[in-house]
Amino acid sequence: MTATDSQGVAGLAAPTLSAKDIRVSLQGTEILHGVSLDASPGEVVALMGGNGSGKSTFVRAVVGAIPHHEGSISMFGSPATPDSRKHLGYVPQRVSAAGGVSATAQEVVASGLLGYRVLRAPRDTPERVRAALRAVSVEDLAKHDVSRLSGGQQQRVLIARALVRDPQLLILDEPMAGVDLQSQVALAHALGHLKEQGVAIVIVVHELGALTRLIDRAVVLEHGCVTHVGEPPHDLGVHALPGHDHEHPHDDEGTGLRNALGLEDPR
Amino acid sequence: MSLLTDPLVQRMLLVGLLVGMAAPIVGTYLVQRRMALLGDGIGHVALAGVAAGWLAGSAAGLAQRDALAVPGAVIFAIVGAVIIERMRSRGEAADVVMAILFYGGIAAGVLLIGMAGGSNANLLGYLFGSISTVTWADVWITAGLAMAIVAIGLGFKAALFAVTHDQEFARSTGLPVEVLNLVVAILAAVTITVAMRVVGVLLVSALMILPVAIAQHLTRSFTRTMYLAMAIGAALTLAGVSITLTQNLQPGALIVVLGVLAYVATTAVTSLLRRGKVPS
Repeated sequence: MTATDSQGVAGLAAPTLSAKDIRVSLQGTEILHGVSLDASPGEVVALMGGNGSGKSTFVRAVVGAIPHHEGSISMFGSPATPDSRKHLGYVPQRVSAAGGVSATAQEVVASGLLGYRVLRAPRDTPERVRAALRAVSVEDLAKHDVSRLSGGQQQRVLIARALVRDPQLLILDEPMAGVDLQSQVALAHALGHLKEQGVAIVIVVHELGALTRLIDRAVVLEHGCVTHVGEPPHDLGVHALPGHDHEHPHDDEGTGLRNALGLEDPR
Repeated sequence: MSLLTDPLVQRMLLVGLLVGMAAPIVGTYLVQRRMALLGDGIGHVALAGVAAGWLAGSAAGLAQRDALAVPGAVIFAIVGAVIIERMRSRGEAADVVMAILFYGGIAAGVLLIGMAGGSNANLLGYLFGSISTVTWADVWITAGLAMAIVAIGLGFKAALFAVTHDQEFARSTGLPVEVLNLVVAILAAVTITVAMRVVGVLLVSALMILPVAIAQHLTRSFTRTMYLAMAIGAALTLAGVSITLTQNLQPGALIVVLGVLAYVATTAVTSLLRRGKVPS
């Protein structure tokens, strides 16, 4: 598909994100061999695949954290520039090694209000930070040191940092990894709300879990190539994916999670 | 107190106050980025710059042979800081690069000062500080540079925090990450050459890092850590300089020792307080 197809045909709205044939090399080795992914307003796309399949590399290239040497990325209908990232919210993988100086949740979230030619905090920073923390139900943690929060709470702070940007495109890298059930459910609710508002969401996930209901489409990567686009693998069916290699014991019945979400057993 | 009317005492206190307040600003960003030792690396390179300036001064036949020492230090420190930053951003092992700059800077400094016809004794003032020889011209230069550090370090605090806290996220927002990284590196270089006069290149990093380490025991907020570290830095330098007015002690070393003692004391007190809280 060329760029003109997506714009011209039947006046279809341009996808919020359109990444075409992205190739990325790290230290001389090509990691991604031409990966494409589109996300439209209100659409939730799951990016799946085993460890080392290139999921994180792909999203890092899309948000501009690492360079890509071939392919094109357009956001909101035009080629991505630092300016177009104004409406991009990115939630990187939670890193245990935070900065050497402690910072409060509100300070971390406030850093999300900066961007291209916005080097100083806007006047309405406190209100917007409070609203973003409220959206993921951690407003009471505003003055807490982020490095001392639980994994799930830290993850919610990072999501608040992306939400404070009022994103039209939200990209999350493994937001459910190491996150308690309560936080998973809170995240799923927050994402569902954004989807209703027309935000396009790309989410790197290992297991669909609490997100199952939200996913419109899955893109599966293997060794840096797309191997599947379409229906998301069935609930818990992700364990059958090639490259699924984790070994932690998990709730095979999925009942705890389904009860928490009020879902019926799919079987 | 009649001491305070002595112009030399006034100059020493003023330079001490300015440097003590400015150094922890940059220190906070360096600790945040886990590059607390960057100051040491740049300090050693600055020493080579001092000697190079000395060499240039004597080659040009200047009456005051060390007239170009401080400009030389500024240039070398900035170049060194930019090199370290380029290597770091390319993913090279920053600790190895810094280690090489450590030895290279000292060795080049000793060689160059010899070529300039000086002796290692001439370098001692720069190695351990020489606050008791500051002139009014030094005070004005220090004041100007310290004000620039404060203005940039505090004025762009939000952006510099974003970049030092999470570089990957900062890139995704469209912030000019490379430019901001260079700003941190250049601020560090300027701070070091300014602070060199007070504590010397061997101890310069202590003035940037110790106040931050102490402040970290007392608050969990980044902004409060920075402001508190500025106050602690100013208090340490003022206390150190004041004590040396009546006691025959080396000011730079005394300031650092006072900082280490304050760090040990706050560590002990905060851990005792925390232990006291546990059973309740």
